[in-house]
This record gives sequence, structure tokens and C-alpha cells, in this order.
Amino acid sequence: MPRPGFVLEVDRSTPPVLFWRGENFSLEKLPAGRSRVIYPPEPLKPIDDVDGAIRHALLNPIDQDPLPALLFPGMKLTIAFDDVSLPLPKMQRPDTRQRVIEAVLDMAADAGVDDVHIIAALGLHRRMHEYELRHALGDRIYDAFHPRGMLYQHDAEDHGNLAVLGETAHGEVLEINKRAAESDLLVYVNINSVPMDGGWKSVCTGLASYRCLSEHHNGHTLQHTRSLSGHREHSALHQSIWRMGKVLRDNGPKLFQIETSLNTDMFPKPFDFISKREWEWTAKDRATYLATTKSLERTPLRLARKIFHGIQAPHRMTSVQAGETSAVHEVTLEHVYRQQLVPVEGQTDVLTMGIPFVCPYNPDGIMNPILVMCMGLGYLFNMYRNKPLVREGGVIILTHPTYREFHPVHHPSYIDFFEQVLPDTTDPVVMGQKWEKQYAEDEWYRHLYRTGNAYHGVHPFYAWYWGAHGQQWAGKVIIVGGDAPTVRRLGFTPASTMDDAFEIASDVVGRSPTVTHLHVPALLVADVS
Amino acid sequence: MVDKTTVISENLAGKRIAITGSTGFVGTALVERLLRSVPDCELVLLVRPSKRHDPAERVRREIFKNNCFDRLKTQLQGTDEPFDAMVARRVHAIGGDVSTDGLGLDAAGREVLARCDVVIHSAAAVAFDSPLDSAVEINLLGPVRIAETLHTLGVTPHLVAVSTCYVAGNRRGSAPEELVSEGPFDLGLNWRKEVQAARRLRSDLEAASRDPEHLRELRKEAQTELGAAGAPALAAKTEQLRERWVSDQLVEAGRARAASVGWPDAYAYTKALGEQALTEVKGDVPVSIVRPSIIESALAEPFPGWIRGFRMAEPVILSYARGLLKEFPGVPEGTVDVIPVDLVVAAIIAVAAIGPEQAPRITQVASGGINPLRYQLLVDNIRAWFSEHPLYDAEGQPIDVPEWVFPTRGKVQKQLRRAKAIAETAERTLQALPLRGTQASWAAKLEERKNDIDRAWEYVQLYGLYTECEAIYQVDQLMAIWDGLDDTDRERFNLDPRSVDWVRYITTIHLPSIVQHSRAKTTPGKNRNDRTDRLRRSVLSPERHLAAFDLENTLIASNVVESYSFLATRRLNVPERVRYVLRTLAEAPGLSSLDRKDRADFLRYFYRRYEDAPVGQIDEDSKDLLHQLILLKSFPAGMRRVREHRALGHRTMLITGALDFAVEGLRPLFDVIVAAEMTVRPDGTYSGELKQVPPTGETRAQVLADYCRAEGLRLEECIAYADSTSDLPMLECVGFPVAVNPETRLAAIARKRGWLVENWSKSAGAPKPLLPIGNLLSDRERKKVFS
Repeated sequence: MPRPGFVLEVDRSTPPVLFWRGENFSLEKLPAGRSRVIYPPEPLKPIDDVDGAIRHALLNPIDQDPLPALLFPGMKLTIAFDDVSLPLPKMQRPDTRQRVIEAVLDMAADAGVDDVHIIAALGLHRRMHEYELRHALGDRIYDAFHPRGMLYQHDAEDHGNLAVLGETAHGEVLEINKRAAESDLLVYVNINSVPMDGGWKSVCTGLASYRCLSEHHNGHTLQHTRSLSGHREHSALHQSIWRMGKVLRDNGPKLFQIETSLNTDMFPKPFDFISKREWEWTAKDRATYLATTKSLERTPLRLARKIFHGIQAPHRMTSVQAGETSAVHEVTLEHVYRQQLVPVEGQTDVLTMGIPFVCPYNPDGIMNPILVMCMGLGYLFNMYRNKPLVREGGVIILTHPTYREFHPVHHPSYIDFFEQVLPDTTDPVVMGQKWEKQYAEDEWYRHLYRTGNAYHGVHPFYAWYWGAHGQQWAGKVIIVGGDAPTVRRLGFTPASTMDDAFEIASDVVGRSPTVTHLHVPALLVADVS
Repeated sequence: MVDKTTVISENLAGKRIAITGSTGFVGTALVERLLRSVPDCELVLLVRPSKRHDPAERVRREIFKNNCFDRLKTQLQGTDEPFDAMVARRVHAIGGDVSTDGLGLDAAGREVLARCDVVIHSAAAVAFDSPLDSAVEINLLGPVRIAETLHTLGVTPHLVAVSTCYVAGNRRGSAPEELVSEGPFDLGLNWRKEVQAARRLRSDLEAASRDPEHLRELRKEAQTELGAAGAPALAAKTEQLRERWVSDQLVEAGRARAASVGWPDAYAYTKALGEQALTEVKGDVPVSIVRPSIIESALAEPFPGWIRGFRMAEPVILSYARGLLKEFPGVPEGTVDVIPVDLVVAAIIAVAAIGPEQAPRITQVASGGINPLRYQLLVDNIRAWFSEHPLYDAEGQPIDVPEWVFPTRGKVQKQLRRAKAIAETAERTLQALPLRGTQASWAAKLEERKNDIDRAWEYVQLYGLYTECEAIYQVDQLMAIWDGLDDTDRERFNLDPRSVDWVRYITTIHLPSIVQHSRAKTTPGKNRNDRTDRLRRSVLSPERHLAAFDLENTLIASNVVESYSFLATRRLNVPERVRYVLRTLAEAPGLSSLDRKDRADFLRYFYRRYEDAPVGQIDEDSKDLLHQLILLKSFPAGMRRVREHRALGHRTMLITGALDFAVEGLRPLFDVIVAAEMTVRPDGTYSGELKQVPPTGETRAQVLADYCRAEGLRLEECIAYADSTSDLPMLECVGFPVAVNPETRLAAIARKRGWLVENWSKSAGAPKPLLPIGNLLSDRERKKVFS
């Protein structure tokens, strides 16, 4: 029986705790008597018969007819799936998406459906490389569909292949992939890693156009998105998307949503020690930690990245459900919370978080400075329900080398964003008004997004907006071990050690603040009371 | 208000005074003082028309814009006749040139000159490095031509000729106010023979410079300096080097001839012969000669410290303050004969006012005989002053001025020779290394340093002679004039060398003035790179028309061999790839040496390898080239710059020797792509032959010029980005050249010419493919057949 999440009060006998530092780790001693560490629940027991569970879900959907009943010969069937941003790290083969889509294709074949398109629902993310498509879908699907042009990636800039489905009561336009919109049935295959994903967000972002995405992906909306992981009514983003969901349900194609949840078994040997609780480390774990960190210190960054991005996680599926989107998503959320929710009492003055080598926007790439901000203030900060872990005006301390490095193929517009926009402003609303259009409409970025493997020109803005709420909420953000000029460019304060960081934080939170450390890896949602 | 009349101004009232050399240091001060202190005279300025401007425009730009006239402009502000109106009424500019027979005057000019009452001849070639023949034409024959022109016109105005004390030559002891030819040391030189010899020497050297062997050497030198810049650029450089050689030889000849007959340099030597010649040919024209010594900044008029141009002591003093010149030869107890410019001007005006009958035949304006400035005093005060007010180096650190030890000239020259040898060796070494960008700019800095040493060497060679000169110039005539002036004139036209308090003059007037004039850095702290910012702003101004970019090493760190390797290996399996890599590595040295010799030949040779390649396959594979190779090797700042130009409404052009399909991926960045193109055979394969000459070297400049002409764009408003001297023709043909990651030679050129230099690098952290070969494809993809 896996143990639930746990809040450790740090006393003098507590060993130093593990912090991610990009492509390495460190152990940091937290002040005794006023610190606590939040550990995620242990990975849930996975489903034994995955294929059986998938089949069961397809045949017994929630508030929807069974899948075979929706299939008929001569129909247009479109299967969309979550892109390479999920799950992290990539899962060991076979990927959940492969298993689900193979099951759907089997039923479609039985029903005599031959017009099937499979679309990577990547929104404004980069196009997946061939090896990534093969990993997510398996060679059989790839070789059968790709050469015939029936497996491809969504293009939010292909204006000939987008269709407007309508407007919400707030005047937001819903524009999605034309093939999906004109299908007799749209099947969406998702992996729900975190509570903010899934539901109507799957189609309304993954298959949306830039115009449609910009309705809710903007500085203003995200400053008013006060709960990405908890209550939807506090998230302006989800409010907007759910309004679009209504338009989709009323005007769109018939939708069959398949959602899956995974357990948090993220790191295989020899990295499994990082998920363990430090006081339970064995002598072998300690030796592995030492050997790993020491050798990583001496490893060229390029090689270290290769090693880390090569990790294939032993995630296992904990649930699969299909049917009507809203209803399915509620069930999925229950499963996600069951794995990730940790009750925490009260807020803290200082929140510490280690930033890993990867976030949803750099699989097989570089965690550039903008993504460090996005991961810290956008993702990890938002992993709460009710209220943020840190009090308003408190201090957030991140650990990451924050090198000034960018992937020229994946993140071309990030480079320019860092050199051009950030020196001008770090305010999401100001940059949105002054710079966003220029980046969004840049012909070169558009070319690279459409034909290469680049994130859309506007994507660095979205990554930055993602941290808008955290940026506004925190009184100060400190990055430990980051390249100082780069950290300053982000509008944060560099510190060389954790002690320095506490010293700097004392200006804001005094000499003996309460400290809370969010133990990453493994994902958790702090249910703060 | 303008000064009231005095005896001097009364005497010159209503006179028309012609002046040569009015754009010079003394000339400008003279024009100013006459306009300000002699209100009723008129001036005729004999000015050489330049290529761009007629005499009137030159006078307006080069004389009246000088801060010399600030005082007069302020005085006239708000009066009935403002400055411009006064100038229009009193000043006439006529085109003329003292180095041409008949002074190059037209009929109107001759008429104006004929009506002048006084002619002040102050035009001279004062530079220490004037070639012998031009010094002879101007300094020796200038006065002769003036006298002859006046004869032709049949007029006899009072001719006041400005000469120099140093015509006395290298001698110790008293130098009286008499013609050299009348003194005890006269060698009896015949000035006509000297003129002939100088002219013959010029034609001999011109002939010698065209000797085939010599031309070959010059061509080689040009090649070392420019690299593969193409034939026209090389030809221009070679011719420039030849002309410079002739000129250098003439400078050296002047120096040698002057030394052989007892003068410190060609200037003093030609001036001395000029005096002699003038005396001989003057006929009825009454002549007065005024001989100043070393003229320096103004004591009081028009304001203390006014100076124009740097000529004598200033470069030496500044080199010392910059720490470049550690020592300077001289005799501590010797005299440095310096005289402020306003005293010289007053003396010239006084001589003119006294008139031909009473004016002394020769007047020396010098301080040595009456108020000597000792070398020791000068040096001590300079050192003390710069210790207190140091200049700052580029890093913002104060420069320490060395103790002056009065070494002999030989010792200083030895030190400089050594320093120069070291700098030259270091420069050669750096040039031989394949450096780019920041490292290449070291070489450029080193070259600058070498030039500094060269200059110091020149100073020591020449001014050493002056500081070691121990002649004492007598000023009896000057003092006689002074004694004859009344108090008002004395106040208005101070020409008394005794009035100079040397310590005060050096520390409060001269040094502050020349430091300000030199724009040397006088405040601590590192320079913010204002110049680069300014240049960048001018490049990114909406008024520009077009930005042309080279590709390799300007926008991407890759080359045609890499593109080819990528395309050639795309559909190979592993063993085939290994064989390909080994074969290419073996060929690399040969290819690289061919490339260095001639880019176009290399490209033609290399592109043969595409023979038989199916067009369909190349087109498909080229799509991946951008994302899998070019983008990884690109300079993001460069890509950004291209788009900044587009955003400003400039057209953008890519000029590259790469093949069109290899750069097709960059199409969205550019309005025009000029690339090499291969012919296609009827069976849909490439022939391996180019359609026309690949755009390299001077072809690029031509392409750019043709495009601009066809589209109605102006080349002066174009910008070109390139990295190597082979692109020099393209960089030179536009108004705004930008050197990107320049190799050593281009870095040096860019630095010298003040071009914008950008150092762009690849994105840090970008994956580094070990070899420029494509990802391994699946079997099915590999075996795809293109017909």
C-alpha cells in the first residue's frame, strides 16, 4: 500500500533535503524549527490489465454511447492526441497513447471506417520529431499512417485548414483544426499529468488556432488565474476554456474524450533515489547520490542533457475513462488528486523549489532562462488548491543554474525574446501590448514553426504569462546558483548559496521566516488550508 | 562692438588685402584679427577650389565655421551689421593655387588681385612629411609665382611673405634677421637647379615605381593586406601602394637633401630657398619677410588657447601624455623657440601697416633671443601638469607619465626600433592565425599600436632636430616695430615675446587647450561603447534602403562543404557514410587551399560533385537542411538583424556562393536571394555545372549595384554585412558596411575606417553534431527512388 503525501517538520536531526538544480542536484540544510518539507504521495498501484481497462472504458463510456456505436463505414474519424509535452519524463514504451489509439483503431477497423486521420494536438508547441512520434504512437501506427499523409501534426497557422465554430457569450472565438471540426467523430486521447490539463482544454488548446489561443493565453487572463490546479472558478483561463467547451459541444463535431492518469513513478534506477525521502536513504542511495552529483559536475552540459533527456520513466496508468468531456474530466481529476494531493496547513513566508532539467516546453531540449521562470512561477508555484503555499508578498527561492543557453531549432523566438523583450519589460501585460503581435506575426518564426521543430513565435510570451500570477504574488524571487546577469534579466535576484538566499530574503520576510520546501520530483498538489 | 581706430587700423583703412593660406593656422587667425581689429579693410582670400566645393563654399566651411570667429560673431550679434553681412561686404574669395603658374587665376581673379594694396603670402606645405617635390612647388616656387603674377598684372602691392626662423638652418648661436644667402654660412645653392632636381626626381621615381619586379612586389603586398578581395580591389590597392611608395621616397629624399645642405627638414630648406628666390625675382614689388619660429596656441587673441590643427609640439606632448613616448631627445638647457599665434598675426599686420618703405626687410617673430623657454622648464611643467591632470586609457585608468631623462636621439631611436620590431612580429603571427571576431580585433589593436610607434618614430626623427637646434633667433626688428607703436596699438596688437609668462602659458593655456582639442579621454571610467551604438543606430535607421548579407560566417557558421556532406550522406547507410567521411577528410586540405586561392574556382570545382543528383531528391532533402544543419549553426543575432531590417521597411538581400537549393530554407528572411545556380539536364538531374559566375568577390558589388540601379535604390543608403576581405568590394560599394565576426585583415580594415563591427555567435548550448551529416533514415526512405 503506497504511503500518502507527508509534511515533514524540520528539526535538528533532519538530514539535508534534495533540490533539483537543472542537470544536477544538491542537498540543502533547511533552518530547524521553522521549516517543513512537503513530500508527494508514493506512486499509486497501477492498473494491471491496461488493455482490458482501455477496452472497458471505450465500451462503457460516461454519458456517451459506446465507441463502436459511434462508428460507421464511410465516416470521417479523427483521432487527436496530446503531444510531446506530456508525460515528463517520457514514458517507457509502449506509451499510453499508443495503447489507446491502437484500441480505437481496432474498433474503427471492425466498423469498416477507413477515413481516419491522426493528428498531434500540439497547439503552438513545436512539431514532434519522427522519433518522438514513433515513441508516442509505436512504429506500427507510424508506418501505416504517416507515409499516406494520414498522421500529421496540427498547424495553428495553416489558415486554409482551420474552421471557426462560433463565439462564446464573452465574444471569444473558437477556431480549431478544420479536419477535426468537420469529422463525424473526434476522438481525443489525453494524458492527464497535472490537474490543469484535460477536459475542454484538450481540444480548445491542442487543436486551436493562434487567434483562438490568444483569447485566454494572455497576461491579463493569467494574472487573474488564481488556481490552475484547484478550483476552476478561480481560474480565468479555465473559465474561458470551459466557455469555449460549451461552443464546441453545441457547434462542434461529436467528441469522444479519452482521459488517462498516470502514477508518479518518474525515475528508473539509478535515479530512483531522488524520489525517496532523504532520511530513508540507504547507504547505497547516499553513495549513488555522491557518485551522480560528482560525476555530473564534471560532465559537459551537453552530455548531461543527453543523459537526462534519455531517461524513460516507469510511469504506469492508474485510470482510463472515456465519454462526454466534462463528466470524464471530473473522474480523471479524482484520480489525479488521489495521486497528487497533500493536505498542508497554512501558508509559509518562504517557498523553496528545485527546478529540474525539463518542463513541458523543452523535451529533448534546453531549459532556457524563460522556461526556468515558467517552471518555477508557472508550474510548481501553481501546484496548490485553495491558496498558494507561500503567503502573498512572501519569497520564492528556486535552485537552477539558469545558464544563458537556448536551443536554436526548438526555441528561436525565445532567444530574441530574451535579448529584445526582457531588457525592455518583464511585465506580462506591458509586453503583451508592446511586443506580442510582432512576435506572433513574424514570418520567419511562422516558417520555422510550420516547417521545422520550433515553438511558435509567440510561445515565449505564453511561457512568461504562465508565471504571471506567481510573479505578482511573490514579494521577491531568488534563484540560487544561477548565472547572475541572466537571473537579473528575468527580474529576479541571484544568490550563490541557499544561506545567501535566506539572507537576501530577510529584507522581505525578516530574520526567522517560516520555510516550506516543495519536494520535486514527483508531482504533488498542496491542498493548503 | 568693433574696436575703435588705432594707428595700425588707420593705416590699413580702406586697403584691400589679399591673403594666401587663409585656411591654415596662421591664415585663419590673420583673417579673424583683420576683420575684428582693422574694421575698414577688405580681404581677398586666394583659396584652392576643392573637388567638392568652390572657393566661396570652402571659405565658409573651412574658415568662418572655426571657433576662432566665435568672439567676433558674439560682438556683432544684434548690431546693424551681423557677422554674415559683414563677411559678405568685406571678404571676397577667389580661386587660385600657388603651386600652379599664374596662380591658377581666372580673368576675374586676376582683376581682383590687381586691385589689392597688400598681399600676405602665408600658404605653405608645413607638414614634416611633405614629399620633396610638393614642398618645392609650394614653399619655394609659391612666392616666386606670386611675384611673377604681380609683374604680369603690372602692379606693385606690398608683399608680406611669411617664412620661418628655421631657414637659418642647423647652427649654434645667434641667427640674425638677414637672408641666409647674405650670411656667413651660405653654400651658394642655385634655387633653379634645386627645383629641376626635385622635378626630375619625381619623374625618376614614378618610372622606378613601375618596374615590373617592383609592381609584382606591390601586388603581393596588396594581396597580403586584402586577401581574396577580387581583381579590381587588388588593382586599386596596388596602385595606392605604388603612389604611396613614390611619395614616401620623395619624403625621404627631401629629408636627405635638406640634411645634406644644413637644414633640419625639407620645410626649412624649401622655405630658405623660397626667400632667396623671392628676393631675386621680386623686381619692383616691395617685399617684407616675416619669420615666426614654432607657432603654438594663442596667448590671448581671439581667446587664450585657440589653436587650429596639430602641427609641431602637440603630437609629441600628447604622445608623451598617452604614455606612448617614454622619452624624447633634447638638451635640457637648450631653448625651445615657441611663439603664440596671436603674436605672429600681430607682427604680420604691423609689418603690413607700417608699409613697404618703412617695414623691415626681414622680421623674426621668436622668443629665444629675448624671452627664452628652456627645454627643461617645458618638460618639467608638462610632466607636472599631466601628473595632476592625467589622460585616461580605454579602460578608464589614468596614464602615468614617465620621468623625462633627456636621452640622446640615438638611444630613443633604438628603443623605438625594438618596440616596432616586436609589434611587427606579433602582428605577422596574429595575421597568420585563423582568428575571427574579438580575437581578430587584437590584431587590429596591435596594428594601431604599430602605427603609433611609427608616428613616434617620425616625431623623434624630425622634432628631435628642432629641440636639439641651438640657434638663437634675434628679434631686433620686431622690437623696433614694438617700440614704434603707441599704447593703444600695443594693447590691440601685442607682438612682444616678453609678454609671455611661460609657466602660466604652458599650464593654463596651451596644455588645457591641446588636451581639449585632441578629444583625449580626461575622465575616469570605462567608455560606454557609444560609437558602436551610434553606428548601429545609423544602420538601423528607417532611411536606409537595403541590407545585403553574406551567408557563411556572417549569418551561419557553416559552409558549402557541410551542406554538400549533409545532402550527399542523407540517403546512405552506415558503412557508406563512414566511407564518405573518410574520403572527404582526406580531401580537406586540398579543398581548403583551393578555396583560399580563388573562391569562384573552388566553387566550380566543388559543385561538380552534384553531377547526376536527381533534382527531386535534392529538393526534398534540402528541406531538412535548414532545421537539421543551418539553424543549429546559425547566429541568432544575425537572423534577428535581418528581420529588424525588414521591420524597418528595408529590403533584404542574401548574396552567397552557396547553391540556391541549399539556401532555399532562408527564403522567408530575404526579398532577394542571389546564389549560385546549376543547370538541370532533361532527365531531371543536375549537371554539376553552374549557370553563370558564382557571386563572389567583386561580382557581389556588381550584383548589388545592378539591383540598386534597376530598383531605383541608392547604394549610399545600403548596408552590407560580411566577414572577410573577399567581400571588400561589396562592403566598399555601400554607404554602411558592417564587418561581422571579421577575420584579422578585415578587422584591421574595419577598425581603421570606423566601420561597425558585430560579433555574433552561435546559440550557446546548441547541440553540436559531430559531423555535418543527416539523421539516419529508415530503409524505406533511404531507398526511395526519384526519377
